[in-house]
Amino acid sequence: MTETETPLLQVKELSKTFGGIRALDGVSFDVHRGEILGVIGPNGSGKTTIVNCITGFIRPTAGQVRFQGRDITGKPAHKIADLGVTRTFQIMRPYYSLPAYKNLVIPLFSPRARRTGGWRGGGRLGDRHTVGIDILEEIGFERDSYVPYKTTATLPTGYLKRLELARCLALKPEIIICDEVFSGLSMSEIASMVPLIERLQMDGITLIMIEHRLRELFKVANRVMVLNFGKKLMEGAPAEVMADARVKEAYFGSREAQEVMDHA
Amino acid sequence: MTDDTAPQRRRERIDRGIKVRSEGIYSLMSWREMSYIIVPRAVLIIGMLALPLVMPGMYWQRVISIVCIYALLAVGFDFLAHFVGLVSLGGAFFVGVGGYLAAILNTTWGLPPLFTIPLATVAGAALCTLLLLPCLPLRGVYFAIVTLMYPLFLARVIEALDILGGTDGIMGIDGFDTRWGEQYAVVALLLIVLFAVRRLVNTDLGLVLRGVKDNDQAIRASGMNVTRYKALAVFITAAMGCMSGAFLVHIYMWSGISQFALDFSILPIAATVIGGVGTLVGPLVGCLILVPVSELLRDFGTLRIVFYSLILVAFIVFRSEGLMVYAERKYHQFERWTQV
Repeated sequence: MTETETPLLQVKELSKTFGGIRALDGVSFDVHRGEILGVIGPNGSGKTTIVNCITGFIRPTAGQVRFQGRDITGKPAHKIADLGVTRTFQIMRPYYSLPAYKNLVIPLFSPRARRTGGWRGGGRLGDRHTVGIDILEEIGFERDSYVPYKTTATLPTGYLKRLELARCLALKPEIIICDEVFSGLSMSEIASMVPLIERLQMDGITLIMIEHRLRELFKVANRVMVLNFGKKLMEGAPAEVMADARVKEAYFGSREAQEVMDHA
Repeated sequence: MTDDTAPQRRRERIDRGIKVRSEGIYSLMSWREMSYIIVPRAVLIIGMLALPLVMPGMYWQRVISIVCIYALLAVGFDFLAHFVGLVSLGGAFFVGVGGYLAAILNTTWGLPPLFTIPLATVAGAALCTLLLLPCLPLRGVYFAIVTLMYPLFLARVIEALDILGGTDGIMGIDGFDTRWGEQYAVVALLLIVLFAVRRLVNTDLGLVLRGVKDNDQAIRASGMNVTRYKALAVFITAAMGCMSGAFLVHIYMWSGISQFALDFSILPIAATVIGGVGTLVGPLVGCLILVPVSELLRDFGTLRIVFYSLILVAFIVFRSEGLMVYAERKYHQFERWTQV
């Protein structure tokens, strides 16, 4: 994470308007190789819009996204994913009618997975069903249980969130943008998810984590960016962000309101 | 409100032993279990091959050919609707394009059916896919409506511009050399197509196509171009439709704008509903019922449509899942009464 090398992902003055609403208003930030960047902000502050703009699911109104120094602004989503910029969906989007392990056969069929061999594939892709079950096992599906073979529609939320991550891993990603992977999980499920995230970082995968679960996020993130009303409020180490008065105000309203809340 | 004196019973459903863990995984430990998989397929193949032999005359043999032609369309519809999520009402479009291409190839260059049918299949499918390309981003009912317009559009173009024989159609097309050749060519091709599509939907590529239906956003997020896979699926379906159109033209020895008629779009869908959506063999069963019934009802004149509709309504109300879905379930499970 030296300051001299070009950042893995550079976002410059990114803006997106939906009609009259400025969902994103000139947001700039860098993500360096191997780090975990946390993105927080109240509801409607533009977190998911950033994910959509970076990964090509919507086209930004203005601004630029550069990946490994190359301009990827406005490219189609599948081309951006092909470069290794992958994302999870906040509302999980598995293939509900297929068993869990067959969900991974699909991303393993993609051109990128064929080139790279998938996560830990080492450039060669074996039988997609086997590789799929291997990935599922690493991400926390018990191989010898029924779970990987069950129809996805019957799986609980915790497994679906893992399946979202597994889909990204099947592409051997450079960067995973996680849109609220902790939300809707029980405390014990989150507790088992945190080491998984740390393991991904150790494997050299860069992560952007959009979260509402601040306590867990501050544990794993190297840097945190705060958004409010589509603008970047601040950026810094988790401890700095936690102590910042503006962040508290964005989340809890003005100081007077906070005092009322305290007394209530 | 239960009667305490009567013994309480309930029906118990038990899977037969060979289904394991997940969809499509079987454990076969003996010839008995093996035959359990093989027999239904053998019945289908032998039954279809024997069907022309047991028909009472030329007329009914011709009916079998028509059944197969509709079945090709219906299997294509089922594939595209259930496995790719594109509900196409454009069966007549494929039939018309394939039919006219075969007719032109035959009358202009004198090519025999042996060449016109494969050529019309491939070229027609390519042409249909190209024309449908702008509609591929559409989904659900919007795709259905647009595909419904295509055959109507082409029929009017031919009529208005008086090209390709206009309303008279193209006449003087070669038939098949032998009656049996015609019969078995169409039956064999139908069987090959049926088993090929069944295999396709279970390959890795087939899983991607099913993924397109389930969740096209996730396909994009996986680095794959959704439109490309939709185009591939439309090509496969169009090929089946064009093949059936080419056969039809050589059987009737005539090609006309009635090939763009709504029958070719609607009957395969009705057959799929009756036979069971998503089973692929169901549409064939549906055609085996609907087409002969339609012939038998011919004596009733206009009342035919009334009976026909009644049959359809009865199926949709009382067996909406379709015959083959019901049959498959009964085949894989057995039921018994148990004391509670």
